[in-house]
Amino acid sequence: MSLVHEIDYGTPRIDSATTVTLTIDGRAVTVPEGTSVMRAAMEMGTEIPKLCSTDMLDSFGSCRLCLVEIEGRNGTPSSCTTPVAEGMAVKTQTDRLKRLRRGVMELYISDHPLDCLTCAANGDCELQTQAGAVGLRDVRYGYDNKHPAPPKDESNPYFTYDPEKCIVCSRCVRACEEVQGTFALTIAGRGFGSVVSAGMAEEFLASECVSCGACVQACPTATLTEKSIIDIGQPEHSVVTTCAYCGVGCAFKAEMRGDEVVRMVPYKDGKANRGHSCVKGRFAWGYTNHGDRILNPMIRERISDPWREVSWDEAIGRVASEFKRIQGAYGRGAIGGITSSRCTNEETFLVQKLVRAGFGNNNVDTCARVCHSPTGYGLKTTFGTSAGTQDFDSVEHTDVVVVIGANPTDGHPVFASRMKKRLRDGAKLIVVDPRRIDLVRMPHVEADYHLALKPGTNVAVLDAMAHVIVTEGLFDEAFVRERCDWDEFQEWAAFVADPRNSPEEVETVCGVPAETIRGAARLYATGGNAAIYYGLGVTEHSQGSTTVMAVANLAMATGNIGRPGVGVNPLRGQNNVQGACDMGSFPHELPGYRHISEDATRTIFESLWGAPLDREPGLRIPNMLDAAVEGSFRGLYIQGEDILQSDPNTHHVAAGLAAMECVVVQDLFLNETANYAHVFLPGSTFLEKDGTFTNAERRIQPVRKVMESRSGMEDWQITMAIANAMGFPMTYDHPSEIMDEVAALTPSFAGVSFDKLDRLGSIQWPCDEAAPEGTPVMHIDGFVRGKGRFVITEYIPTDERTGPRFPLLLTTGRILSQYNVGAQTRRTANAAWHQEDRLEIHPHDAEQRGIVEGDWVKLASRTGETTLRATLTERVAPGVVYTTFHHPDTQANVVTTEFSDWATNCPEYKVTAVQVAPSNGPSDWQREYEAQARASRRIAPVAEPAE
Amino acid sequence: MSTSNLVYMANQIGKFFVSEDRDTAVDGIAEHLRLFWDPRMRSEIVAHLRAGGEGLDPPVRAAVARLS
Repeated sequence: MSLVHEIDYGTPRIDSATTVTLTIDGRAVTVPEGTSVMRAAMEMGTEIPKLCSTDMLDSFGSCRLCLVEIEGRNGTPSSCTTPVAEGMAVKTQTDRLKRLRRGVMELYISDHPLDCLTCAANGDCELQTQAGAVGLRDVRYGYDNKHPAPPKDESNPYFTYDPEKCIVCSRCVRACEEVQGTFALTIAGRGFGSVVSAGMAEEFLASECVSCGACVQACPTATLTEKSIIDIGQPEHSVVTTCAYCGVGCAFKAEMRGDEVVRMVPYKDGKANRGHSCVKGRFAWGYTNHGDRILNPMIRERISDPWREVSWDEAIGRVASEFKRIQGAYGRGAIGGITSSRCTNEETFLVQKLVRAGFGNNNVDTCARVCHSPTGYGLKTTFGTSAGTQDFDSVEHTDVVVVIGANPTDGHPVFASRMKKRLRDGAKLIVVDPRRIDLVRMPHVEADYHLALKPGTNVAVLDAMAHVIVTEGLFDEAFVRERCDWDEFQEWAAFVADPRNSPEEVETVCGVPAETIRGAARLYATGGNAAIYYGLGVTEHSQGSTTVMAVANLAMATGNIGRPGVGVNPLRGQNNVQGACDMGSFPHELPGYRHISEDATRTIFESLWGAPLDREPGLRIPNMLDAAVEGSFRGLYIQGEDILQSDPNTHHVAAGLAAMECVVVQDLFLNETANYAHVFLPGSTFLEKDGTFTNAERRIQPVRKVMESRSGMEDWQITMAIANAMGFPMTYDHPSEIMDEVAALTPSFAGVSFDKLDRLGSIQWPCDEAAPEGTPVMHIDGFVRGKGRFVITEYIPTDERTGPRFPLLLTTGRILSQYNVGAQTRRTANAAWHQEDRLEIHPHDAEQRGIVEGDWVKLASRTGETTLRATLTERVAPGVVYTTFHHPDTQANVVTTEFSDWATNCPEYKVTAVQVAPSNGPSDWQREYEAQARASRRIAPVAEPAE
Repeated sequence: MSTSNLVYMANQIGKFFVSEDRDTAVDGIAEHLRLFWDPRMRSEIVAHLRAGGEGLDPPVRAAVARLS
């Protein structure tokens, strides 16, 4: 193995159908029109010296090192800023150029410390490399006249800023602007006093820097350097793999020294992230080696007992014997399993196979139950397939971006950067969200319309937009007639055209001015390519599935489906939500979204698996918990999920878990759910196993092992061991064999294999004979279900209502630096940005309650109460409060209710009626929970062997 | 299973079809219960209907009756 070196072409690739032929150093080269001379030279293998240019950024022309001579032109233009021209003759190496470059380099080095041997960038410093490239042998100005630089800034937990080593190339500033779109950096001062400045000359940590690391990656010297490089040294090999955080699915090079990760570097060839990353993916991988990792299997008789470390054989044996005993005593349907969107496709496939064929029932569910299950239902009903329609590249062709119930700059930051770039280039923006999310107004981005609706009124607002589109004749009749069921369209059109769905009527329900709704609808329908991106603010409602169908209705009515730049794009929360759903994790569906009652499909699986399958749907997670309390469900295998912290109404989840006789938790840490577990099976991180993740754009990407599993078993091996111990044989030697089985059973995966993934890098399903390299954009010639189906989406208000006791509406979400239940990110230095869950409350609501910034407040609902500290902000409207759910000592889900989506039981996290009042500190419940959790995590000392 | 919870869930499904004609609504509700509810949940809601079906909305009662 060696380091994966990616060629830096100096300037970005140009997409142009017109080509230009020129000669460089006497050799002809043909490139797209608009390409820089520098890039054209690199395309033919000639690397022109450079410092301020890199192909992730637009050319800048400041370093004066990339000078060339062009026949017939005066002077020595910079090759990075000079576009090619037909017949141009370029020389990259002449005596004059050599003299000029050495002179330029002399000036750089004259003001640069010469501590190369002890510098962290030694071996990976472009200044050092270019000094060698231009043949620098002496500096006529001497070495002792360095200009004083500001002190080193070590405030960021992950990288340092050392101004002394800065050559003021502005790559960091431009990366922050062009790649990340945050505009946190600038060059302050003049001449030798020029320095990179974060914010208003603040420390990096205190500035608006989001720690994405694009500046560190762009820096050609040791000015911005990962602390891990300073601590460990330069890596010696790298492995390309896929991030295990959000649904963007960034490709990374895991740069290694031995089996130690030195740093994660975003992979330029990664088609989801195109060389960018966020603070989680690039930096927050330290949990892998955190001291809280459990590395040995453990069992206990009762949940009040301390854990006892045992061998894998004993632990697996306990699982199998307990599950068999429970089935013998209570029936085949008394046990089940939960797959995880954090685990690989292969692992989730095996868990559902174990449940269906090994347990003999369909009691398998996944955490998508609590996030995007309505997406599955809604898009399958309308389009015929349970997935987003586009790839991320599509946004580059979008004229109108609609963001509904999503906060991409926090939840999907790398895609948000691409979206912001398109918005800066002129696309229009409509935001539908109760909160004033960052996209509403941030540097160089401002929403044309912000529909700050009352939580729970999505359907009313979308129906009102449809009303405008239909009654003002803005729908695409040709598209609808050709691609959709015309009769169903007419019924739908009559429904939305009814006066009760007019913006003027809906305004009284949702609080959005009618003219704002009308303006947004007109822009969406007539502004060119319009694409809808949505998140859990759409799905996590009692009308979540209805909202998804309302979104699909809008896209079909306006013809915004089936080409680049348009579409319906669910932004998936976790890395493998799409994949976990694809792999048949829902109780009613086999892999590939085929209902379990379809005899022909079931027969195929039965034949290959050698076991009969139940034709009836199984229990969903909330149904499992209900059944446990009632007594008919007694055993649960949970792979990589923490339902106690993530699922609604914590008290009810705890009651369900406590009622079970055998709870098996497979995870990296003793999570909150493990407080109620009888068997703990230590899992492996994404760095410790092979497999695939499927991101929000249906892109299947390889996860590659860079170190051995610290627990000794990869997660797919654990599931296999349970299956074998229960008498259902599984004999895979490698996850690639599992994917081969998926491909054999699932038409949309028929052409997928690990070999092909190695060759192509990634594949977007459907991948079959018709599309052997995958499908970037779906429904181009027709919908998967045939004709697109318009569904009538009547607005039904949620039963969760505000009143005198609970006058405020709580909505929950996540923050950039933390990830879901925080099991991973809380165990990294990301805690520097978010050490606790806070309650956002509008200053008016706070003042009425006598609450000031930072106060402890009690947050109470009909379900329960917790305490946390308040942050006063106008991001939330009066009457609305907001918090995150990253910290178990807050347990926001103690407050959320069990109201859920009518079709899928996806919880209504986004609407909870609450009251907020000053408090003295943590509640009694929080203290009791903390004590119980501490007691539950006791591990008995291993007995010394007898002499 | 909590019967009241099942009744609530079934009625919630019924409300989705509130704008449809009665036959379409009953078909849709029954189909949804068949496709997505575990048999023990269906058995309990059927038993509840047989015991009088308190709380079930009219089209939901008709749909549940089809399950039995």
